[in-house]
Amino acid sequence: MRDDNAHQEMLAAAQQLIVELEAGNDDQVTSLIDQLAKIRETELFQEIGKLTRELHNAITDFQVDSDLSDIAKSEIPDAKERLNYVITMTNQSANRTLAAVEGAIPLCEALNCKSIELRAEWNRFVNREMNANEFRQVSKTLQNHLDESEGQLASVKEALTEILMAQEFQDLTGQIINRVIKMVDDVESHLVTLIKVSGSPTSPDKQESKEGKLEGPQVPNLSTSETVNGQDEVDDLLSSLGF
Amino acid sequence: MPADPNMKILIVDDFSTMRRIIKNLLRDLGYNNTAEADDGQTGLPMLQNGNFDFLVTDWNMPGMTGIDLLRAVRADANLATLPVLMVTAEAKREQIFEAAECGVNGYIIKPFTAATLKEKIDKIFERIDG
Repeated sequence: MRDDNAHQEMLAAAQQLIVELEAGNDDQVTSLIDQLAKIRETELFQEIGKLTRELHNAITDFQVDSDLSDIAKSEIPDAKERLNYVITMTNQSANRTLAAVEGAIPLCEALNCKSIELRAEWNRFVNREMNANEFRQVSKTLQNHLDESEGQLASVKEALTEILMAQEFQDLTGQIINRVIKMVDDVESHLVTLIKVSGSPTSPDKQESKEGKLEGPQVPNLSTSETVNGQDEVDDLLSSLGF
Repeated sequence: MPADPNMKILIVDDFSTMRRIIKNLLRDLGYNNTAEADDGQTGLPMLQNGNFDFLVTDWNMPGMTGIDLLRAVRADANLATLPVLMVTAEAKREQIFEAAECGVNGYIIKPFTAATLKEKIDKIFERIDG
């Protein structure tokens, strides 16, 4: 990280500092310590500058592939908006799927009802409990049912295809999220460098109290002992409380 | 005895898709009389004015959270005995304890299945009828 000039400058100042300290020249000592601090500050500012530039570049470079942007239609310049877009896409997909399901269920129910009705009539016919007039009526109902069911089944098939297509969000959102992860990784590695350079004492064991903080959905491999694994554990916990 | 299929149910969740999923699952279970609210703040007045028989609520919502809604329900003399089912992604033990202390009747963590929803509703109303 440190360039050679800065290194040489620091070494020279440090060597001079020892000389001045041994000679008891207090003014020179103070001046040299200030000089060393200045070299260090310069390095810190350079690192902040670099980080800012990298962050800016990362955000600017954060463009989707041309085919993805064709689908997205709008160019959203930063990761925050990209993630909002993920929410929008998943929301649209869920609504698209639900609308298809809500459309298809009544069709299936209607087909089922009609089949049950016709089966009863057919049984009467087989058992010779039906006169000619009734049979003519049943034939007409059967014909109508066959005509209608053709269209209804085509609509059900259409709904299933719609559900299939609505799953496309997974690929697209996955790509966007991967890009955000990459950007966060880059920023993180520069922040780590910054912390090293600034030399602030870190205390990795220090943890803020998380009491009352909501954790949100459980992510595989990130669960802690504080959380339950699945509905069975919730049930065990609640039954231990008398539920 | 299963719950009354005509009972009036309020579904509270900030995500409209989740409300829609729960509404459809309830309809499949034979419960057609449902209403929706997007957080506790809009849900509470509906409960106070609407003669609801059952509340299904999320926990983490902007405005008024599900746990605060549960507290408000238990503190309201007219709603104190309303059965409440929490359906939430919050899976920390201390949160489940907290919900139990506040008087929740059932607790389901997301993602969940239709079978779990049915089982919990049946259990809640069996216990109440018993």
